[in-house]
Amino acid sequence: MSSWTDKRPMSPHLQVWKWHLTMASSILHRLTGIGNYLGIFIVVAWLFATAVGPDLYEPLAAITGSLWGQLILFGFTLSVCYHLLNGVRHLVMDAGKGYTPKFASFTAGLVIVLALALAVGVWMLSGLVPGVDPLNLAGAAQ
Amino acid sequence: MSKPQPTMRTALGKVRGLGSARHGAGHFIAQRVTALALLFLVPWFLITLIGAVRGGYDSALAYVADPVNAVLVLLAVGAALYHMRLGMQVVVEDYIGKNSTKLVLLILNTFICVALFAAAGYAVLKVAIA
Repeated sequence: MSSWTDKRPMSPHLQVWKWHLTMASSILHRLTGIGNYLGIFIVVAWLFATAVGPDLYEPLAAITGSLWGQLILFGFTLSVCYHLLNGVRHLVMDAGKGYTPKFASFTAGLVIVLALALAVGVWMLSGLVPGVDPLNLAGAAQ
Repeated sequence: MSKPQPTMRTALGKVRGLGSARHGAGHFIAQRVTALALLFLVPWFLITLIGAVRGGYDSALAYVADPVNAVLVLLAVGAALYHMRLGMQVVVEDYIGKNSTKLVLLILNTFICVALFAAAGYAVLKVAIA
């Protein structure tokens, strides 16, 4: 039950809006913010396990190293990349720039594409994609 | 008669007791200042963290034990938790209409963020100072 008591009509809801890139951008920003909220649990768990010792670290590493673990970690990476890049866009808009509809749509789309590219790039460059290790980090680690 | 204080709030909003409880601007600024800090801390953390994780437990330990890393990890996690506490507060305020549920979730949000910071702080200090 909502405590909303005003009888007058509310502003239109999601289902009556035509989808715009800027709308997707705004919703994604909130979604990825919540995603990052969940993701930092993994980061703190990693720090905590490092302090506690191998008895906790190794089981945790086994989970994050599994297929589902890797998928979740990639999702987290993507979420961080998007929120970071779109955050820059928000800061620019806070300064009062980038509001013309055409440009706002362009930057909204640009951020989505760049976030995908950045997340994939981070994983490929750091050798986390199986069989792809352009910087030869696996060789350097040995 | 004294001049009225310049304010963004309408008379109606004041009467109804709606609008920011005198913390709106502080919230807005804190959200953006932490965002600015994270703009530098997160890329650094992302790049160095992946390097640290690759080498297993020993390299994770060596990473956190490094004095510069220890300080920057605490800053990154601290700024992130502060930022996400503010963000989740807005999400709760936007979507939860019922006052009691809203209050419980807002307090839970604070508890979660403080607990995570305590855990991260304990972990980094234990490794870095040991």
